[in-house]
Amino acid sequence: MTRYNAWNVLKNGITGQKGWDRAWRDPQPKDSYEIVIVGAGLHGLATAFYLAKNHGIRNIAVVEKGWLGGGNAGRNTTIVRSNYMMPGNRFFYEHSLKLWENLSHELNFNVMFSQRAHISLLHSPAARDAAARRYNTMRLTDTGAELWDLETLKREVPHLNYDNARFPIIGAAVQSRAGSARHDAVAWGYARGADQYGVDIIQNCEVTGVRRENGRVTAVETTRGDIGAAKVGFAVAGNTSRLWRMVELGKLPIETHKLQAFVSEPLKPLLDQVVVFGVGGAHFYISQSDKGGMVFGGDLDWYKSYAQRGNLPIVQDVAEAATSILPCLGRVRLLRHWSGVMDMSMDGSPFICKTPVENLYLNAGWNYGGFKATPASGWYFADLIANDRPDPVIENFDLGRFSRGVNIDERGAGPDPKLHG
Amino acid sequence: MIRIKCPFCGERDHSEFTYGGDASIVYPALDATAEEWHEAVFMRENIRGMQTETWHHVNGCRMWLIVQRDTMTHEIRSVRPAHEGLAGVLEDDR
Amino acid sequence: MSARRLPSGGRIDRSQVLRFTWDDRVMSGHPGDSLASALMANGEQVLGRSFKYHRPRGVMSAGVEESGAMVTVGEGARRDPNVKAPMQELFNGLTATGQNAWPNVRFDFGEVNDMLGRFLVAGFYYKTFMGIPPFEWGKGTGAWMWYEKFIRKAAGMGSASREADPDQYEQGHDFCDLLVVGSGPAGMSSALAAAEAGLDVMLVEQDWELGGSFLSQTGSESKNRCADMVASLNNAGVRTMLRTTAFGLYDYGVAGLLERVTDHLQSPDPYQPRQRFWTVRAKQTILASGALERHIAFGNNDRPGVMNAAAGRAYVNRYGVLPGERVIVATNNDSAYHSAIDLASAGAEVTLLDARSTLPGELSERIGEAGVSLRTNTVPLKTKGRLSVNGLELAVISVNGWRARGAESCDAVLVSGGWSPVVNLMSHRGVKPKWDAENACFLAPSRHETIQMAGSAAGYWRAADCELSGIAAGSVAASALGKKAKSLVLPPIGGWDLAIKPVYEVKVPGKKLKCLVDPQHDVTAEDIRLAHREGFVSAEHLKRYTTLGMATDGGKMGNVIGLALMAEALGREIPEVGTTTFRPPYTPVSIGALRGRSVDEHFRPLRRTPMHDWNLSNGATMTMAGLWHRPWYFARQSETISEAYVRETETTRKTVGLCDVTSLGKIAVQGPDATEFLNRIYTNPFAKLPIGKARYGIMLRDDGFVMDDGTTWRLSETEYFMTTTTAHAGKVMVWLEELLQTRWQDLKVHVTSVSEQWAGCAVAGPESRKVLATCVEDASVMDNDAFPFMGVVETKLKGGIPCRIARISFSGELAYETYVPSDYAVAMMDLLWPQAEQSGGCLYGLEALGAMRIEKGHVTGAELDGRVTIEDAGLGKMASPKKSFIGSALRNRPDMTREDRPKLVGIFPKDRSQTFNAGAILCSVEQVSGLGEGWITGVTHSPVMGHWIGIGFISGGHEAWAERTAIAADPVRKGNTEVEIVSPHMYDPSGEKMYG
Repeated sequence: MTRYNAWNVLKNGITGQKGWDRAWRDPQPKDSYEIVIVGAGLHGLATAFYLAKNHGIRNIAVVEKGWLGGGNAGRNTTIVRSNYMMPGNRFFYEHSLKLWENLSHELNFNVMFSQRAHISLLHSPAARDAAARRYNTMRLTDTGAELWDLETLKREVPHLNYDNARFPIIGAAVQSRAGSARHDAVAWGYARGADQYGVDIIQNCEVTGVRRENGRVTAVETTRGDIGAAKVGFAVAGNTSRLWRMVELGKLPIETHKLQAFVSEPLKPLLDQVVVFGVGGAHFYISQSDKGGMVFGGDLDWYKSYAQRGNLPIVQDVAEAATSILPCLGRVRLLRHWSGVMDMSMDGSPFICKTPVENLYLNAGWNYGGFKATPASGWYFADLIANDRPDPVIENFDLGRFSRGVNIDERGAGPDPKLHG
Repeated sequence: MIRIKCPFCGERDHSEFTYGGDASIVYPALDATAEEWHEAVFMRENIRGMQTETWHHVNGCRMWLIVQRDTMTHEIRSVRPAHEGLAGVLEDDR
Repeated sequence: MSARRLPSGGRIDRSQVLRFTWDDRVMSGHPGDSLASALMANGEQVLGRSFKYHRPRGVMSAGVEESGAMVTVGEGARRDPNVKAPMQELFNGLTATGQNAWPNVRFDFGEVNDMLGRFLVAGFYYKTFMGIPPFEWGKGTGAWMWYEKFIRKAAGMGSASREADPDQYEQGHDFCDLLVVGSGPAGMSSALAAAEAGLDVMLVEQDWELGGSFLSQTGSESKNRCADMVASLNNAGVRTMLRTTAFGLYDYGVAGLLERVTDHLQSPDPYQPRQRFWTVRAKQTILASGALERHIAFGNNDRPGVMNAAAGRAYVNRYGVLPGERVIVATNNDSAYHSAIDLASAGAEVTLLDARSTLPGELSERIGEAGVSLRTNTVPLKTKGRLSVNGLELAVISVNGWRARGAESCDAVLVSGGWSPVVNLMSHRGVKPKWDAENACFLAPSRHETIQMAGSAAGYWRAADCELSGIAAGSVAASALGKKAKSLVLPPIGGWDLAIKPVYEVKVPGKKLKCLVDPQHDVTAEDIRLAHREGFVSAEHLKRYTTLGMATDGGKMGNVIGLALMAEALGREIPEVGTTTFRPPYTPVSIGALRGRSVDEHFRPLRRTPMHDWNLSNGATMTMAGLWHRPWYFARQSETISEAYVRETETTRKTVGLCDVTSLGKIAVQGPDATEFLNRIYTNPFAKLPIGKARYGIMLRDDGFVMDDGTTWRLSETEYFMTTTTAHAGKVMVWLEELLQTRWQDLKVHVTSVSEQWAGCAVAGPESRKVLATCVEDASVMDNDAFPFMGVVETKLKGGIPCRIARISFSGELAYETYVPSDYAVAMMDLLWPQAEQSGGCLYGLEALGAMRIEKGHVTGAELDGRVTIEDAGLGKMASPKKSFIGSALRNRPDMTREDRPKLVGIFPKDRSQTFNAGAILCSVEQVSGLGEGWITGVTHSPVMGHWIGIGFISGGHEAWAERTAIAADPVRKGNTEVEIVSPHMYDPSGEKMYG
C-alpha cells in the first residue's frame, strides 16, 4: 500500500500518478463476519477502524446502502470543537478533540483539521456569565478556553458588525484548539484506514431486515444477500428509527429532522476563524473552507422530515443571521444549499449503547453535532462492541437515561427534539 | 415551502406555523405512572412516510391543527382542528 | 488576430457609446453589450485565470455556464467578485478588473502552478501537507496549519470587500396560476397559450431581453417572430420579469426568484433596491429553461479563443462581435452548423469539423452556400498558442478511436459536444434526471407534481418543436386549473436531421494532453481517471474527490463529460455511474437579497414598552432583555452603573422605587374550568385561591423540570390574570393553547395573551403603600387590612384610569405590581413618579432589580435554565403532594431526586472585601479542578450587607456546606476566590418587610 507523503506525491507526479492504490477495495460480502457495522458514514467507518486498530478485530464488514460517506458525512459544516460542559459530554468531546489533533497522522490521510479557533460571540452580560460557566468548566478540566473582551475580538476579527448590530457584540468565548476539517477526507481516511486493516466496506448494500434467533441477531438481510454476524452495530444517524423497526424493538427517543447547510462562491481569505452566535432566537455558525467558500448554517427546518431538501424560510433566516454579524457578506453569493437528515434526540445528546438484543449495539442520536464527535464515537463504540460493556465516559449515552432522569441537555431545551442542536 | 390549508384561515406558508409533534401520542392521565409518561414524552415512532402530527398556527389564528403529512415528500393529505369540538363546528358549517 | 466588432448587425445600439474600464484601462461598448462582448470587441482575450493552475482564460460561453471570464466588478464596498462577464450587462462607468492573478490576468506569476500541474492533480492535498516532508514526520496539526496559510491565499477566486455592503435589498411575495421560467420560443408560447386560456401567468427571464434563443438568431423571420410573440404576451396580460432568475424550486412548487434591479445601472435612483428576492407560489410551473451546449475534452481546450458554438453565434448575431477571422467549428451534432453559417456570413473564414461521417442533408448544402469548408470524421485534438489560440491540431477517426492528423491555423475554436437540457430546477424537487442515449443527454420527466418541462429543456432541438411543446405545456397547465384548452399531439423529442455522435474526449495513443473537463476548477480527464484508479467511482465520490461540478457554474460545463469519462473507465454506461443532484440555487444568489431588509438593527424586531420614551426622558440607560429594551439603570449626573444600581437598591429598600415591569408575559385565563386548569399546570394548589388573591406558581415541563414561574391573580370566579417571565411569555402561551386544544379538550377555558394590553409598574419599598394611596381614587383600598400580602385589587388611579394592583414582591420589600391599560402607561408613571420622588424615592432598572432579588434568593432565568428541578431551586415545598400536575409523574425519576444534586444557595466571599463573578464554578478547597461542585448564576454588591454576594447551585445545598469553605473558580476571568455557602435567603429571610 503506497503511503501518502510528499515523497510519493513527487514520485507520482513524475511517473504519471500510476503508483497509487485504490483507497479501498470493493469486496463482495462474505457469508459472515465477526462484526457487521451498518452504515458507512463517519461513525460507522471510525468504529470499524478502531475495532481493528484498538481491539485487533479484523473480520469486520461495514455495509452501506449508498456510497460511503454519502450521508451527513458530506453535508455538514465541518466544525470541530469540544466546548461541552455537562457531565458525560465534557470528557467525551474532549477525547474526540484530542483524537482529531493527530487524526491525519493516524490515518495517513490529510483530514485538514485546522485549529483556527472557535469564537462564540457574546451579546449581553448575562450571556457572558452563562458562557463563563461553560468555559470555566473547560479550563478546570484541562481544556483551553478564553473569554475575549471587545478589544481583543475587534483585533482578531475586525470586520464583524460592531457598529449597527441589533444585538451589540460585547466579546466572545473562544476555544483556540477548535476549528474545522475537511469532512469528506475524514470519511475517506477512516475508510482507507479500515480497509488496510482488512475491513470489508460493502457499498450499495442496503439492509432490508435483521434476522434473529433466541433473542440474538444472527444475520443482516441485505440487497446483496444475507450476511451473518456474531455482533451487529447500527450507525445510521438519520435513519436509525427505520432499522430499529426491523428489529422490532419499539420506539426510540429520536425524531428525524433536516438541517440545511450553505456554501458561498470561493473567495480569497475573508474569515480566519469559526464564528458562531446565538441570540434573539437566531443560531448561526460560519467558517471559510480552504477552497475559499464561506460554509455556514443555522437552525433546523423546524419540522420533522426525512427529505434531503430544504425550504426557503430557513434560507432567509440564515442569510439574515449571516449579514447581521458579517455585513460584508451582503454581496457574497450563495453557491449551493442542501440539507441532511438528523437523528434529533430528546436531550440533544447521543446514544452509544447496548440494546435489549444481546449482540446488537446502537450508535445514534447525534443531533447536528455528529461531525466533531466522529473519532470518539468510533473509539467508544468500538470499545463497547469489543468488550460488551460501556466505558464510564459513555455510561450516560444509553437509552435508559430518560427513565433514570439523567440530564445531559446542553441547551436545557427539554424533551422537544427540534429545539436541540 | 410547505403550504398548509388552515381550516380557519385558508392556505398559508408553513412559516406561519410551528410544528408540534407526533399527534398519535396519547398523553396519559396526570396521575399515571412514570413509565407511561416516559413512553409518551420521550419515545417516538418517527415515521418515514405519512404521519399524523400537530401544527400550531402561531402567526395566524393560534389554532392547533392535526395534519396528515408525508415526512418524505412533505405532501399533506388532510388538515383539521386538533380540538374535536371545533372540528365539529366546521363540519356543521359545511 | 482577435475578436472584432462588426460594422453592423446585432441587437446593440451603435449610436450610443458606453465607457467602462477594464484593469484601469478605459474602453467603450454599446447599449445591448454584455461585459464579455464589449471586452471581446476591444480585443481583450485573457480575462481570467483558472482556480488551481492559473491557466489563462477568455470568454468560453455567452451565458450562465461561463467558466473562463470570471471577473470582479465594482470597487470599494460595492466590489463584486466572481462575476460571469457574459451575464453582466454593460453600463456607462462600469469598472471591471481581473482576479485570481498577480500582477494581472495577462501576466500571472501563478501560472507556475500550471507547470507543476503534474504534481497538483486531483486530491493531491489529501496525501501530503500533514507533517515534515518528505515522509510527513511529526504529530498534531502544526505542519498542516503552516501549509494551510499559503493554500488559502492561493485558493479562492475573487476577493470580497470587507466593508459592509451599502446596498439595500427587498423581498417580495407573489402568487400566480402559472410561472414560466425562460422566454425562448417554448417559454413565450407556453405563457401565451396559458394566458389566452385565462390563466394569470408570470414569465421570468434571467436575460435583459425576452427571446432566449431567438436573440442569437439572424434573419428577419425569427426577429419578427420574436417581436410578435413579445407583443402578444403584453396583450395577453402576461406579467413578464426581466433580469430575473428562478434560482430554486421548493416544496409545493414554490419558486425563489432573484430580480436584479440596479446591477446594470450607473446611478440607480436612491429608492431602488439593488436586488429583489421573490417568493412565488404558483399553482403550475413550466420550465422552459433551455439547454446548455457542452464542451469536448481535448488538449488545451480552455485556451482563450475556445468557446462553445452557440456562444460564437450569439456574439456575432446578438452583439455584432466576430470571435475570430479564421474560425474552426468542431461539432458532433447538427446545431453548430448554424453557427458556422452565421460566422461565415459575417465574414469569417470558417472550417467545420464534424465528428460524424455522414452529413445532415439540408444543412450541408447550406454550409456549402455560405462558403464553409467541411471536414467529416474529424475532431479537435489540441489547441496551439499560449495566451490565445493560434492553431488547432486535428484528429480523425481510426479503427479504435482517433488518430492525429495535421493542424490548421485559426484564431477561434467553437465547440459543440452536444446539449444538456437545463433540468436543474426539476432536480431541486428531488427528481433524478434520466440518461437519454439517443440524444446523449440527461432528461427530466416531462411532468412532475405541478411542474412541466418544455422546449429544449425537455429535449426538443428544433425551434418549431419547442414552440409546439410550449403550447402543449401551457394547455396542460390551463386544463389542470379547469380552463378549456386544446390538447396537442407532440412531436417526438430530439429532432436533429442526423443523430448526435457522442464525443466526450479526444485522445490519441502516445500523446499527453491536458484536457479540461471542468475548466473552472481545473479538473482534467486524467483527474477523472485517477479518481477511477483510486476507487472514487460513484458520481458523488468523483464529484467530491476531483471537485468536478463544484465551481460557480455548478457543473453546467463539466458534469456530463466527467460522468462519461468515468463510465468509459469503468466500462459501463453513463446511467450506471449516476447523476449528481443539482442543488439550488441555479445560479449564485447574493446573501443580501436573501436577507432583504432584515439587516443591522432590523435583524430582529425590537420590543419597547409603552413607557419606553418616558423611561428615556427620565434618564434610563437601556439594556437588552430578549427582544425587549428595558431600563438597566437610571444614572444621576455622572454616576457609573455600579453607583447607580447601588443607590437605586438602597433607596428602594429605604423609601420607594418604581420599575417598569411591562415586559412580563400576561395571559387572561377565563372560563368555568379555569381553576381546574391552573391546578393542573401549576405544581402548587390553586383550587382554593380566593377571589382577590394572587399566588406565586411554578410550572414544570412534562419531563418534570421547571419551565417557568410567575404570579396568577384571581379576579373572579372564572377569570384569572397570569404573569410569566419575560423570556418565556411566548412559550407559555403556546403551551397553554396546546394543552387546551389537544390534551384537555373537555376543559372550558379560554386563554388570551394580554401582554400588549397591560403596562406594569412595580412600586416597591416601605413607602410604596403611601405612594399608591395618593394615586388611587379611593385611598382606602390600600389599607393594610383591606389589601394584605398577595392581595389583588381592581380599582382606579386618579383621573379614572382603570388599574389592577397586586401586593407581590420580587424585591423583598412591601411592594405592589400595578397594571393599567397600555394607553395609560405614561399617565400612570406621571401620577406615581412625583409622589415617589416626594417620598425620596427613585426609579430603578434591571440591575437594581437583580441585586434585590439576589439578596432575597429569588430565582430568574439564570437559575431556571431548563435543567433545574423544583427542589434544586429550593422551592420543593411548592410541589403539592396531594395532587397531580404536569410534570409530577416524571419529576421523581431517580437521578432527579438525588440528595447530592446541586441546590440553590447564597454565596458570600470569605474575605468580605473580595468579589467574584457569575459563571464561576464552585469547587471544594481540596479539588479545584474537574467538573466542580456547583456554579454561580448571579452576583451583586449588596448594600444591605455591605459586601458582594452571589446566588448559585452547589451539591447538597447550603446545609452540606455549613462551616466549609468553597472556591469560586473563574479561570477565564479573575481566578479563584474563597467563598462561604449560605442560605439563598440572604435578606430578610422571615419576610417581615414584605408582610409589613
